[in-house]
Amino acid sequence: MSELNVKRLETRNGITGEVLTGGTGPALVYLHSAFGVQSTDRLLQKLAKHFTVHAPVWPGFGPDETETRIETMLDFTLHGWDLVDAMGLTKPIIVGHSMGGMIAAEMAATAPKDLSELVLIAPAGLWVDQCPVPDIFAMLPYELATSLFHDQELGEQLLTAGRNFNDNEALAEFMVNRARQMGTAGKILFPIPNRRLAQRLYRVAARTALIWGASDRLYPEVYRNEWRSLLPAAREIVIPDAGHMLPLERPSKLTKAILKALA
Amino acid sequence: MKFCWFNLMPWPDLPDDFRETNRSVWVDIDSKLFDPERANEVYHTYMDQLEYAEEVGFDGIGVNEHHQNGYGIMPSPNIIAAGLARRTSDAALCVIGNSIALYNPPIRVAEEFAMLDCISGGRLVAGFPVGTPMDTNFCYGQIPALTRDKYAEAHELIVRAWTEDEPFAFDGKYNQLRYVNCWPKPIQKPRPPVYIPGGGSIETWDFCLENDYNYSYLSFNGYKAGHALLERYWDRVSELDKDESPGRAAFAQIICVADSDAEAEELYAEHILYFFNRCLHVHPGFSDPPGYRTLKTIKAGKLDQLRKENQEIFQNLTWADLVERGYVIAGSPDTVREQMEHMIKTLRVGTVFCLMHMGDMPDWKVRYSTQLFGEKVMPQLKDMWPELEDDPRWWPRPQSNRVRHADSIAAARLPAEDPRPSSGTGLDINE
Repeated sequence: MSELNVKRLETRNGITGEVLTGGTGPALVYLHSAFGVQSTDRLLQKLAKHFTVHAPVWPGFGPDETETRIETMLDFTLHGWDLVDAMGLTKPIIVGHSMGGMIAAEMAATAPKDLSELVLIAPAGLWVDQCPVPDIFAMLPYELATSLFHDQELGEQLLTAGRNFNDNEALAEFMVNRARQMGTAGKILFPIPNRRLAQRLYRVAARTALIWGASDRLYPEVYRNEWRSLLPAAREIVIPDAGHMLPLERPSKLTKAILKALA
Repeated sequence: MKFCWFNLMPWPDLPDDFRETNRSVWVDIDSKLFDPERANEVYHTYMDQLEYAEEVGFDGIGVNEHHQNGYGIMPSPNIIAAGLARRTSDAALCVIGNSIALYNPPIRVAEEFAMLDCISGGRLVAGFPVGTPMDTNFCYGQIPALTRDKYAEAHELIVRAWTEDEPFAFDGKYNQLRYVNCWPKPIQKPRPPVYIPGGGSIETWDFCLENDYNYSYLSFNGYKAGHALLERYWDRVSELDKDESPGRAAFAQIICVADSDAEAEELYAEHILYFFNRCLHVHPGFSDPPGYRTLKTIKAGKLDQLRKENQEIFQNLTWADLVERGYVIAGSPDTVREQMEHMIKTLRVGTVFCLMHMGDMPDWKVRYSTQLFGEKVMPQLKDMWPELEDDPRWWPRPQSNRVRHADSIAAARLPAEDPRPSSGTGLDINE
């Protein structure tokens, strides 16, 4: 399977960055999680068989400097729409995972007529007092897989992408990336991943699907129910034997679920 | 040369199996371990010790701010400092300090520090830490990547509030105030000496040097480890072409004095080990939230602590290790004086924060060590930096006619004095 192409773009606000593109079919924007996105990700390659995939690398997640102009939830949301404009798309399908799902939902609530479909994969953005989300910001590298994957052993391999954490250089590289990426994510996820999205979700007008891993330990079933109650028209697809990191852990099943949602 | 007696105010009753039963001494420590009735005695003992340090002749007494922390039960150092301001008369009150990014709005710090300076007659040393990630991010919920930005804004607001004579509007990113009008203002002009506790980023050094603030390297790793870092600081001082006044640097050091080196081990070892083994048991995930440190610092930093197999490393430190590596300066007055002199010279520090109460050390040992230091060590080191005596940048110059402790006690006991003429009946409510 071929990798996606890396293109550079610049928004109207003068913010530059990379976007991973490829495939044919309707335009689909994919917004990644707090763990970033790579052109080798199998999910994107599979989606590219059915869609023209546009996966922007959020500022702070690529080689570019952290963007100090994007700080609040509104900044994130508007930057999402600036990216859609910069990619030259009209009414795309918007798919977002975890943090990307939170941004996608905000975009859909802010400009409900500017997208054709919304697919939220285990999105962040809500908080349920009775079921606090595990604090990924206080976890050590070796602790992450437990919360993020159904299969922890597989999760550790996927998360480290073959890096050996006993090697200081690999660990340093991981920590620098983590600092940049999670530091950026922290602007909307720390200390509680709730920027009052719940009170804006009523504005979402696009056809919406919620896709969830059955054994998501980061955002367990309580969160799925909360989303469903706030987006009652959304269709729901649950993938068995899958944790929070669906795009890494179950790319084939997730692709099928997305196709089903958009059918 | 200035010596500041410092009390972290640790909780003295952490159980023997604390490491096994608690993930962290900080942030999510078992709150059932705190006993408020016991705290009544603990707070008074610790404040008495700080007052005792003034009696023994220390130049300053020091407090700091931590939250949800088993080795620091002082979320508000200003409350402790207010108590000390009333019961002491000469020692500088070193509040090292207030984590200014945590106060909403930070004008609160300008006000409270001004109050402390007025009550103490101009004895305040004002500390402005960025704050540890444990306190700032995990306990007080500040976003790691924005913490330094918020700190910078808070600093600007506080200094302007102290120094401007007219009310002004402040349109900050984190604070919007239509009328900033600090009332009261500090006695010390243009401001009290400012100390910036830091861990070694070049940005903090430059910030201190641009403003003539003291850079206080507060670590528990002792002077041998501190030497390398402060050497780079002094390099930066000359790079920026600043004068090399020793007042530009301070260092915190654990110190234990006894009759002999052997007695020091016998008296203090268990309490120092309590500190290192229980009080420093911090979940490493709390010490470095992504975004808090700059990328440059991470690249240069040590990563060993993040590995699973290295989580229990401090447990194995012995007294001999701690003394050998300089974590602790301990021994007879001669041993301590010799090492202190070496430390002060090689680090080139004008202020030492003397950590003399550590862990679960009982009061009598604290006072014994403090008294020996005050009588047999300090006098011989006091004149090490004579050039500091005439330099107002680093230490308070209290007003000479300030209210002293004895005066305030006497005043409180006086019967009310009625200023009205004795023939009159006072106000007629029908008038």
